[in-house]
Amino acid sequence: MEPADISALWVTLRLALITTIILLLLGTPLAWWLSQTRSRLKTVVETVVALPLVLPPTVLGFYLLIALAPGGIIGGMTTHGLAFSFTGLVIGSALYSLPFVVQPLQNAFRSINPLNLEAASTLRASPLDRFLTIVLPLSRPGFITAATLGFAHTVGEFGVVLMIGGNIPGETQVLSIAIYDHVEALEYAQAHWLSGGLLLFSFIILFLVYRQNSRWPHT
Amino acid sequence: MSGIEFSFELKQNGFQLNAGATLPGMGVTALFGASGSGKTSLLRCIAGLEQAGKGHLTVNGECWQDSAKGLFIPPHQRALGYVFQEAALFPHLRVKANLEYGWRRTPRTERKGNLNHICDILGIGKLLQRYPHQLSGGERQRIALGRALLNSPRLLLMDEPMAALDRPRKAEIMPYLERLHAEADIPILYVTHDLEELARIADQLALVERGRILKQGPLAEMFADIDLPIARDENAGAIIKTRITRHDDEYHLTHLQFCGGEILVSRIERATGELLNIRIHARDVSLALQPPGESSILNVVQAVVTEILDQGAGRIMVRLDAGGTPLLARITHKSQSRLGLEAGTALYAQIKSVAVSI
Repeated sequence: MEPADISALWVTLRLALITTIILLLLGTPLAWWLSQTRSRLKTVVETVVALPLVLPPTVLGFYLLIALAPGGIIGGMTTHGLAFSFTGLVIGSALYSLPFVVQPLQNAFRSINPLNLEAASTLRASPLDRFLTIVLPLSRPGFITAATLGFAHTVGEFGVVLMIGGNIPGETQVLSIAIYDHVEALEYAQAHWLSGGLLLFSFIILFLVYRQNSRWPHT
Repeated sequence: MSGIEFSFELKQNGFQLNAGATLPGMGVTALFGASGSGKTSLLRCIAGLEQAGKGHLTVNGECWQDSAKGLFIPPHQRALGYVFQEAALFPHLRVKANLEYGWRRTPRTERKGNLNHICDILGIGKLLQRYPHQLSGGERQRIALGRALLNSPRLLLMDEPMAALDRPRKAEIMPYLERLHAEADIPILYVTHDLEELARIADQLALVERGRILKQGPLAEMFADIDLPIARDENAGAIIKTRITRHDDEYHLTHLQFCGGEILVSRIERATGELLNIRIHARDVSLALQPPGESSILNVVQAVVTEILDQGAGRIMVRLDAGGTPLLARITHKSQSRLGLEAGTALYAQIKSVAVSI
């Protein structure tokens, strides 16, 4: 592999990892709220979370570009804006992959028998204690699915990155864009290497998730 | 101040709970009523799983809820044990971790009992390393009971713990409940709609009807009151306090003395002199004006009719007095007319069978 490809791989992995961690931290309380609430806001929030599933990445990328620009809603909070920066990519990826993390978590939380939580509350467990000792372990398959899909989906992202990150080697150039460049330059051999690698990666990771979840014994 | 004093007003999906009472602060009190009468809602209010808009609850002097003062202690800060209809064991934890869940969260100084003792009482010592899905329904319910007891409760709430079990499983659990009844030093509220069940383990009975406490009192008194809805139950009957006077080895019988006479039952392995509650179902008592002649029925008691109630559909409930002990007999309308029964009629009650709870 060329040094540029290796740095693209590095950027991609770093981006996917950071995005996944952020999404798990933000998505867990959001998914918990969605799974428990009877608020009328629920449907609105659910819809917003699901939007990236149907929107063309370019639409999301376009609005993000405006928001991240110097003087934009988000970019205005910094001196130079966040467009075409790694931080900007993280923000964009987090939004784009949000449904892939929130939905599996929400399903996992919803499938927990409320009786288990009531039983725990009669056994001196505070709400946080119940979440940590009952909800989290019982949602393990949901967390594995959420983390994997969030990670893999970020790795495979193209449109949003192209719109807001551009193509700065070592900073914002990710694998999917490196592949695009190779194809543009008719460097099919390199494109094959990277594409085949991503294909294999995606297969393995999904296979592991499905196997893990079918082995879950406590249902 | 001893006792469980409560009043709750709760509206929920068109159902209204409006119950208040002071229940004994000791022993087993059964909350009995038809399904939908509000027994479970009441129990959930007492546990704090449901928060009644207007409510007040004091358990043996400890105030758990007083909506007038804005006081509501959440369930996890109430020292209680709750056994649900389904065992509700934590599926990801082994039996041992399930049992110790509340125990670990109880301050050291407040802990009562210990794992080994509970395992002995409930016969679950061999199951500790299993997961809940590897247990039978009866085993699960015993673990759930053990888990509640190891929470060092000051009040034990049981919501039809045997409702989800078939008859053999019930028979498997019953002795443990009876033992719990004998050993427990905390008040127990036991929700059920099974008269047989409560006759075996309760001391007190509170009738729940349409979200209210209709009446409460000692078990024997309540069972003998034919004006209460429980007298309509298929298993209605009197509860009688007896003393074991002697064992008859030849015929394998035990003689029981009560203030209205003597009753013979199949041999019971208990010492003479011990007290024993027996139950005589109203359907197992037949009435005769003359002393019955030769018959296979061993137990005949002299009694006087004190009250007659037409329960409809040709069924008559007769309350008798046998030397100060109330007895119930369910007969047909036709028999009543033929015998000309009325209050004050002296007669002979033939008892076909006796239920003994051990």
